[in-house]
Amino acid sequence: VSPFLVQWLARVSIILVLLVAPLILNTYRLGLLGEILIFGLAAASVDLLIGYTGLPTLGHAALFGLGGYAAGLLMTNYTGNLFLALVAAIAVGAVFAVVTGIVAVRAHGIYFLMLTLAFAELVRSLAISWNSLTGGTDGLAGIPQPTLLPNGEIELDLVGRYYFVVVSVLLAYWLMRRFVDSPFGRSLVGIATNPDRMRSLGYAVHRRMVIAYVVAGMVGAFAGGLHASFTRFVSPEIVTLKISAFLLVMVLLGGVRRLYGAMLGALMVILLREELTARFGTWELGLGMLMLLIVYFLPHGLSGIVDRRGESQRMRRLQFHRSISEPKAPTVAEDVSA
Amino acid sequence: LDFQILLDQYMISILNGLARGVLLFTIAAGLSLLFGLLNVLNLAHGAFLVLGGYVAVSVALDGTGFMLAALLALGLGILLGGGLSAALWPIRNRGHFDQAILTLGIAFILIDFAHMLWGHDFYSPRPPTAFARSVEILGSPYPTYRLLVIVIGIVIAVAVFFTFERTRFGAIVRATVSDRDMAAALGIRVGLVSLIVFSVASGLAAFGGVVGGPILGVRPALEMEILVLALIVVVIGGLGSLSGALVGAILIGQIQSLGVLLIPAFAPFLLFGTMVLILIFRPAGLFGRNPG
Repeated sequence: VSPFLVQWLARVSIILVLLVAPLILNTYRLGLLGEILIFGLAAASVDLLIGYTGLPTLGHAALFGLGGYAAGLLMTNYTGNLFLALVAAIAVGAVFAVVTGIVAVRAHGIYFLMLTLAFAELVRSLAISWNSLTGGTDGLAGIPQPTLLPNGEIELDLVGRYYFVVVSVLLAYWLMRRFVDSPFGRSLVGIATNPDRMRSLGYAVHRRMVIAYVVAGMVGAFAGGLHASFTRFVSPEIVTLKISAFLLVMVLLGGVRRLYGAMLGALMVILLREELTARFGTWELGLGMLMLLIVYFLPHGLSGIVDRRGESQRMRRLQFHRSISEPKAPTVAEDVSA
Repeated sequence: LDFQILLDQYMISILNGLARGVLLFTIAAGLSLLFGLLNVLNLAHGAFLVLGGYVAVSVALDGTGFMLAALLALGLGILLGGGLSAALWPIRNRGHFDQAILTLGIAFILIDFAHMLWGHDFYSPRPPTAFARSVEILGSPYPTYRLLVIVIGIVIAVAVFFTFERTRFGAIVRATVSDRDMAAALGIRVGLVSLIVFSVASGLAAFGGVVGGPILGVRPALEMEILVLALIVVVIGGLGSLSGALVGAILIGQIQSLGVLLIPAFAPFLLFGTMVLILIFRPAGLFGRNPG
């Protein structure tokens, strides 16, 4: 069987499963599946930063939360229209990502970590202290049922919202796939692997990183807007470092630099969260342990994942040379990244 | 007359800011040293402070037993800091991101344990009984406890600076900060030095939790709040610089307390705005070694 066929079979069956899910799952589980899809999309946008561009963000919850608040506020105060709410979410995410991205991307290494963390904390403390707008720690509880048409028609119940999430996430995923497979997306991988070389080849490295940051921010905010309209609730809880870490763990567990890995990670991590919460009433402990395990058991560490692909090619070339010069010990080139 | 009242308000605000500033220094100094020494971004640092606060909740909630709480917290912090240092040792040659994820995971675990033991309530430990009064400053009553915090903070700052700048151990630490490999080549046991610094930094943070308990309260999410404040201080002051941490902490204390007085809802903007401005004009912080 050709891998091409397998890929298409997998895609079609996933879409089929997602389409028939409302017939099988109860309300609670359907809600969970929607959440998995939404967080999977958000995690994929984190993968765009960590895996493709080599920007290890600790503050992606800021974008997710901003999108959530933008969509939630628009829907509570002006219109229940879902499209407008999501456009607002994307716009707010883009503006925030441009402003913070220009500052944060300029900073390297540890400064980038600290700045992204600090920006997320800024959003969180604003969400709490701007009580009159955001409802403070209680959050926005009164988000109405979203509507599809601008005149307020076709209200979406849970199943309707679920299908909307399926379509949006698939569409966004496809667009992201196009983005990372484009020449621009390839250049991001080059930047993550060897920025100096890309610079000497004439690429505007800094500008491309900022653009990647903004694209990831827009997708993250879009996912946040979806989350707000799907669950009809927003609170400062979605802007915490815990959510940023939650997204990171999804990416790291599911596999970096392959967008579907983030989706897979979301499935695993959210199911684990449900299991742990049901058993122990808390899951932060589990999240923390998961993070420890990931750090200790990734052989080259988290920074290694970024240039492993480049390294494996170097290794392959090395082994190829060796196999020429030492015909007695031929080595099979191993594709680590496959 | 209005002007007089405003002036008094500012004076009070300056004192409050100073109390917060010196508290921040006890946290930020450790964070900054750990960065300078080990190149480690320790995201569990805020959790140590909160654990210290919970020790105060258990031992000294009503203000008696303050000294005991402070000593217990110091001991707990030293132990946990040693543990954290050991946990980081296997990945000492990895990037910042690994360390961040590891220390953040440890922070989640510690905080979850704390919540299992103490719940999610808001506690405000009382100040020690001898300092539960007010004195008159500029015609208005001011809690003596805040004055005590300022004094304690100054004592800690002096002790830290003395140890770091004037003792043999301080010289060893400084040598390790400036060139770890060379220090190791000269026979300094880098692992031991980092273990000690880790323990002391964490002990100070937990101690700060006890001292800060009556001012900050002990509550969920405090660890993140404090951690980010301390990070801002360290970024402003320059990574690895103690004088930078002191100036940054005092500055942030003042900005925070003035911001709350003037524009309460947007006080966070002032803090982050300051940080971003300083990063734009001095990317390595006020006291950091700026490239070029």
